[in-house]
Amino acid sequence: MAQEFRLAEGGLIDRGKPVSFSFNGKALQGYQGDSLASALLANGVHFVGRSFKYHRPRGIVTAGVEEPNAILQLGRDPRTDPNMRATQTELYPGLTAAPQNCWPSLEFDIGAVNSKLSRFFPAGFYYKTFMWPASFWMTYEKLIRKAAGLGRSPATRDPDRYDQTFAHCDVLIVGAGPAGLAAALAAARSGARVILAEQDCALGGSLLSEPEKSIGGKPALEWVAAAERELAEYPEVRVLKRTAASAYFDHNFVTLLEKVTDHLPESERPDRLPRQRLWEVRAGQVVMATGAIERPLVFRDNDRPGIMLASAAQSYLKRYAVKPGRTAVLFTANDGAYATAIALHKAGVKVAAVVDLRERPEGPLTDEAEMLGLNVIGNSAIVGTTGGKRVTGVQVAPLKIAGEVVTAAPYTIDCDLVLNSGGWSPSVHLFCQSKGTLKWDETHDCFVPGESMQKAQSVVGSANGAFDLKSCLAEGDKAGAEAAAAQGHKPKGRKKPAPKCDDTASFLPARFIYCVPSTQPLGQGGKHFIDQQNDVTAADIELALREGYRSIEHVKRYTTTGMGTDQGKTGNVNAIGIVAAHFGKTLPEVGVTTFRPPFSPTTFGAYAGRNVDELLDPVRTTPIHVWHERNGAAFEDVGQWKRAWYYPKDGEDLHAAVARECLAVRETLGIMDASTLGKIDIQGPDAAEFLNRIYTNAWSKLEAGRCRYGLMLGEDGMVSDDGVTACLGENHYLMHTTTGNAAPVLAHLEEWLQTEWPEMKVYLTSVTEQYATISIAGPNARNLLSEMTKIDLSSNNLPHMSMTEGEVAGIQARVFRVSFTGEPGYEINVPASYGLALWQELMTAGEKYGITPFGTETMHVLRAEKGFIIVGQETDGSVNPRDLGMDWIISKQKDFIGKRSLYRSDMEDPNRKQLVGILTEDPKEVLPEGAQLVERLKDQPPMEMVGHVSSSYWSPNCGHSIALALVKGGLGKQGQTIFAPLEGGKTVKCSIASPVFFDPEGERLRG
Amino acid sequence: MLLIPNPWTEPRPDVEYSYGGEAHIERPKNPEALSDAEWADYLFMRTNAKGISLERWCHTHGTRRWFNIARDTVTYEILVVYPMGAKPPKLEKREYL
Repeated sequence: MAQEFRLAEGGLIDRGKPVSFSFNGKALQGYQGDSLASALLANGVHFVGRSFKYHRPRGIVTAGVEEPNAILQLGRDPRTDPNMRATQTELYPGLTAAPQNCWPSLEFDIGAVNSKLSRFFPAGFYYKTFMWPASFWMTYEKLIRKAAGLGRSPATRDPDRYDQTFAHCDVLIVGAGPAGLAAALAAARSGARVILAEQDCALGGSLLSEPEKSIGGKPALEWVAAAERELAEYPEVRVLKRTAASAYFDHNFVTLLEKVTDHLPESERPDRLPRQRLWEVRAGQVVMATGAIERPLVFRDNDRPGIMLASAAQSYLKRYAVKPGRTAVLFTANDGAYATAIALHKAGVKVAAVVDLRERPEGPLTDEAEMLGLNVIGNSAIVGTTGGKRVTGVQVAPLKIAGEVVTAAPYTIDCDLVLNSGGWSPSVHLFCQSKGTLKWDETHDCFVPGESMQKAQSVVGSANGAFDLKSCLAEGDKAGAEAAAAQGHKPKGRKKPAPKCDDTASFLPARFIYCVPSTQPLGQGGKHFIDQQNDVTAADIELALREGYRSIEHVKRYTTTGMGTDQGKTGNVNAIGIVAAHFGKTLPEVGVTTFRPPFSPTTFGAYAGRNVDELLDPVRTTPIHVWHERNGAAFEDVGQWKRAWYYPKDGEDLHAAVARECLAVRETLGIMDASTLGKIDIQGPDAAEFLNRIYTNAWSKLEAGRCRYGLMLGEDGMVSDDGVTACLGENHYLMHTTTGNAAPVLAHLEEWLQTEWPEMKVYLTSVTEQYATISIAGPNARNLLSEMTKIDLSSNNLPHMSMTEGEVAGIQARVFRVSFTGEPGYEINVPASYGLALWQELMTAGEKYGITPFGTETMHVLRAEKGFIIVGQETDGSVNPRDLGMDWIISKQKDFIGKRSLYRSDMEDPNRKQLVGILTEDPKEVLPEGAQLVERLKDQPPMEMVGHVSSSYWSPNCGHSIALALVKGGLGKQGQTIFAPLEGGKTVKCSIASPVFFDPEGERLRG
Repeated sequence: MLLIPNPWTEPRPDVEYSYGGEAHIERPKNPEALSDAEWADYLFMRTNAKGISLERWCHTHGTRRWFNIARDTVTYEILVVYPMGAKPPKLEKREYL
C-alpha cells in the first residue's frame, strides 16, 4: 500500500499534489511539502544506507541539517550530487535517490563482513596497519578509498551555472525560528535593512514541528505566517529561504549559500536562474538565531534503522504527517522528549514504553504522559537492541542510582521504533567561527556562547541556551531592536511590544549521561556509536585515551569522531563527555574542537561562481594579435599576455621554425611584436634622482634622446628587473620593464615614492597598453626603416642606445635604436591603435628583404647567443648583479636600493652561483633546462650539485648547442669540465665557457 | 575578510588592498655606515606583535595610495588609520587571555 505510514490529516504537506520519485531503483510516492526523508518514512523505508567502516545497515536519524546517516546520491550524470542529506532534500517529481556506501547492493553488501571483523578495525586502524612499508601506502590507499566510497562525483562537466552576489545590510539574522523571526520583525519595524536567512524551505524553525504552540493567543504557525506577510511589506527586508549561513569571517562578513533551483524538477528549472547563489554579506550587525540540535543517547547498538531522535519523530509526525513506526519505545533522560511520546500516542502509534534514565521521572510532560497511561519506566536504560535492517526490540535494565552500572538482568520490549533524547546542544557553529568563546551552562548541560571576539553580533534563542518559547521570542525581539538601533534605526513612535507568549516550558528537568552503561564493558557484545557517519564508538574514544591521547583535538583526529560531512553535529558533546569522564574532568575543562566553515557541505560550483574558463583569468592580447593569429603563430602565455611564440611555415615544428627565424634575423631582417614590454612614463623635477635611487647605475647625466640599460634590485640586493630607460626630454623618462614584471615594478616604484621619499616630485603613469611596440632587427633593419621615415637614421644622428621622435609610415612614432638580439635594430612605439597598420606597412615594405616575423622563442635564442640574461630565467630572487658578472653596472658613487646588501659577507662570497656559458662536448647535444651540474661524477646520486642550467638552446648561428648556467664559483672556472647527469642514467660532458657565444666584441652593432 | 578604511574612500573589502608589512621602519640615511648586523636588523627583523600592530597597507585595486593602520592581530579590529609620514597613534597596550 502506498504511503501506509501517512496520517489521514494534519501536517504541512499538500495531499492534493502527489509526487513520484524513486529510491534505490524503486518507484515511490510522496506529497508536495515532503522532504525526501519524510517521503521515505511515509512508505515505511528506514533503511537507507550502509555505514562507512562496518557497512552496518543505517536509517534516518534526524529531520534536519545534523543528519549523520541518510546521505544519498541524488540525480544522474551530469547533475548527480553525492552526500546529500535526505532530511534536507525537498521532494520533487522525478527525483532519483540511491544509497551510496554499499556494494553490490543495499540489501546484500559484501563489506558488511567488516562488522564481523570489527575487533580488527579499532581507532587508528589505518595509521597502525598501513604504516609499513611506507612506499606501499599508495597501493593501500586506492583499495581503502574504493571500499569506503562516500558517493560518486559527476563524471562529466557540471552543466549548471552558479552565481555570487555581494550584499550589505544593517542586520543579518541567521535562522527564522521564533527567535529569528522576532528579531527580524523588531529590526524591520525600526526601518533597518535586514537580511533574514533560513536554511529550510519554510519559515518557523522548531514551530513547524510544534504547531500546537501558541503565540499572541494564536496558533504558532498563524503567527509565523503573519510575520512572513509583514516582513514582505518592508522594501528594505530580504527574506532568503533555502539559504544556509555557511561561514562567518572577520568584520561581520558572512557567506550564505542559497539553493535557488535544487528543489525544482529538472525540466522546471528556469534558464535565467543559477542553480545556487553564494551571498557574500557584509552586515552591520549579525543576530544568530541558529537554534539547537538534539543530543542522542549513546547506548549499545544505538545505530539500527528505526532508531531516531525524539525531536525528529516529532517533526515527521507534526510537520509531515508521517508515523515513523507502529510500536515505539522512547528512551530519554529529560522531560521535553515526552512531548514526542504523547504526540505518537495521540496519532495512534503504540508507545510500548518510555525508558527514562532519571531516577524519578518528573515534569509537566512526564506527568501528562503518565496521565495518558503510558508505561513510564524510571531509573532504567536501554542496554541493547535487536534487529538487522530494522530495529525489532530493546533490552531494558534498571540502573544503580549513580547511573553507571546495570543492577539486574535485562528484559526485552518489542518495537519497530526507538526514539531517544540526551538533551540539547545549542548550534554555536557560526558564533565559534567568528572566534567567540564558549561557556558551560550547568543547568542545561551544554556549551553556550560566552565572550564575543567580534563586536556587533548577538546570539539569541535556543542557540543561546534559551530553551523555552517565551525567552526565545523575548531575546529575539530585544536583539533585533538593539541591532537596528546600533545601526542608527529607531522605530517611529513607540516600539511594538514583543510577541506575547507564556510558554516557559524547556526540556528540563533532566539527567545527563554521555555513555549509557550496558551489561558488559564497552566494546563487548555490541557497539555504542558516537559518530554514526564515521563509525566511531565510545570504545574507540576509550582506546585513544588508553593509548595516551589527551587533547580533544588529537582524540578527534585519531578516532575521526566529528570528521564526517556532518561534522559531528549530533555526537561531539557526547565524545567530549566521555573524555571528561575518563579523566575525571568537567566538559568545559576538556573543551571543544575548532568549528570550521562551512557549516554544512557546499558545492565547489558555488565557490567558483562565474570564475570559470575565460572569466577565471583575463587574457591580454596586443593590438597586432589578429595578424599573428591569421598567420598561424603558436602562442605562449607570459603572465596574462598571449605572445607569439613562433610562426611555423609548411608544417615546421618549433625547432625548424626557430632555426629559420634565427638565421633570418642575423642574415637579413626580422620583425617582432614587443608591445607587451612594460612601459612606465616617469616625469617630474626629481625623476633623474629617482632613477638614481632605483637603478644600480647612474642616471643624472643621461641626455634627452639617449637610452640606458638599467638593473633594478630589491633592498636585499637581488636582481628584480631590468630594461632600457630612455630620456624623452627634460625631467621626462620612459622606463621599459620585462613583460611579466610591469605591474610589480610600477608598484615597487610607487611604494618607495609614497612611503620613503614623499618629498620627491615624481609622477608615474603606466603606458604599457597605450603604445604598440614593434621591434625590427637584422642587417637590413636600417634599410627598411629609412624607406619609411624622414628621420636621419645615421649613427651620428641616431647611434646605438638613442631615441628620437618622428613619423614612420605617416604615423607619429618614437624610434629607439636598441638591441636585444645583438643585431642592429629599432623598437618603434606608436599609439596602440596604429600598431597593426604599422606592422602591415613594415611587412609589405620588408618583403624584398625577406622580412621574417619571429616570436619569443627566437628572441630567447638570439639573446642567449649574446649572453643577455632574462630576469626570471637566469635569476630567481637569489642572484645578485655580481653573480651575473655585471659589476660594471654597480655604481660606487651613489646609494641605490639594495646597494648595502651587496656588501654583506655572503653576498661577496666568491663561491656563490655565478653565470657562465656551457658548451656540450657533443655540439649537437642540447641540455634540458633545469639540469643539475656536478664536478665529481659518481655511479649514482647523490652527487654534489654545483649548479644548474638556466637556459639551453640549439644555436643555428653558432652551429652548436649553447646553454647558460649558474655554477658555484663559475666566473673563475672558465674551461673546466663539468657534467650534467640526466634522468635515466645518461650523463652529458660539458665545459664551462663565456656566456657570450656570438659576436663577443659587438661588431655588428657598430656602423 | 577584513573591511578596511583608508584616508581617501569609504571602507573597502580587503581584496582591494595589499599588506605592506610593519610600519615606521625608516630606511637608514647612510646605509654604508651600518654594520652587517645593523643592516640585517633593518632588512629582516620585524616585531610580529600579538595585539596592536602598526602596519603599512596599499589600496592597490583602488586609490593606489599607501597608508598606515593600527590593527589588533588578535581580534582583527582596525583601530586607527593614518597617512604615511604621520606619527604613530598612542594606544593602550591590550591584555589577552
